Amino acid sequence: MKSSVITFPGSNCDRDMDVALKKFGFKNKMVWHADAELPKSDLVVLPGGFSYGDYLRCGSMASKSKIMQSVINFANSGGLVMGICNGFQILVETGLVPGVLLRNKYLEFICKNVFVKINDKQNKYFKNVNNDVLEFHIAHNEGNYFCTNDQLKKIEDNNQIAINYCDENGNIEDQFNPNGSIKNIAGIFNKEKNVLGMMPHPERMIDTSLSGEDGSIFFKNLIKNLK
Amino acid sequence: MKISVIITLKKDVLDPQGKVIHQTLDGMGFDDVNEVRQGKYFEIDTKETDNDKAKAIVEEMCKKLLANLVIENYKIIDPK
Repeated sequence: MKSSVITFPGSNCDRDMDVALKKFGFKNKMVWHADAELPKSDLVVLPGGFSYGDYLRCGSMASKSKIMQSVINFANSGGLVMGICNGFQILVETGLVPGVLLRNKYLEFICKNVFVKINDKQNKYFKNVNNDVLEFHIAHNEGNYFCTNDQLKKIEDNNQIAINYCDENGNIEDQFNPNGSIKNIAGIFNKEKNVLGMMPHPERMIDTSLSGEDGSIFFKNLIKNLK
Repeated sequence: MKISVIITLKKDVLDPQGKVIHQTLDGMGFDDVNEVRQGKYFEIDTKETDNDKAKAIVEEMCKKLLANLVIENYKIIDPK
């Protein structure tokens, strides 16, 4: 399976993602944002970081970079595109997934492990994952998911919520919402579910000597689903 | 020609920064404030000399980059 990770000026999780993808069997290529052409890929990842210093709105400049037109075309033709953290912010700015990411409710940068409950398994990303709850890591200042009521209705009608913040037993409640996101939303799909944006970082949970291994479950399963 | 743009958050969008500014003003003794909403201001110096054309270009900029219309409104201020 071939993957591509896009590096924008200010990306800082691109190499972590490269390590994670390779560890679980992807042949990964790093792609510079100013390139026009996307290498042949089964999966494209927009990594975390602070593209363009988060100027104007997080992800807004990166969403207009040269490579993104190819990424958008790839997504619109059914290709798998996953945006993590800043990558999620870039995805919402392209309009590939609905909504926006606002400043965290309590104005603090949050860096900690969280639990997320998988809301939908009828997709390439979470199909066949045995667990319902995964422990991932978040590190962001603007992860407060917001959308209009009309958008929320469509998202819910199409079952586009991918994961919600919860406790270790999968209870989705206000007290387990780290950033003020509507409905504890931590990640969402586009309507076709080939595009996934999420704030948590699975690539930071692939080694017991770091912080945990639930990311391994995610990546092992993902490559199996793509084969 | 210089054109100014003001971007504001839509009414229903939470503005935690505005809230904190409000609280701080309150603490400083400005206790008759109802609400504070924070926004953005841009000055764009364009080569276009025709007023209407310049405004139309800036409007396109607002829609495509300067504002995110899910959460923000923009207002173009007439050049003097």
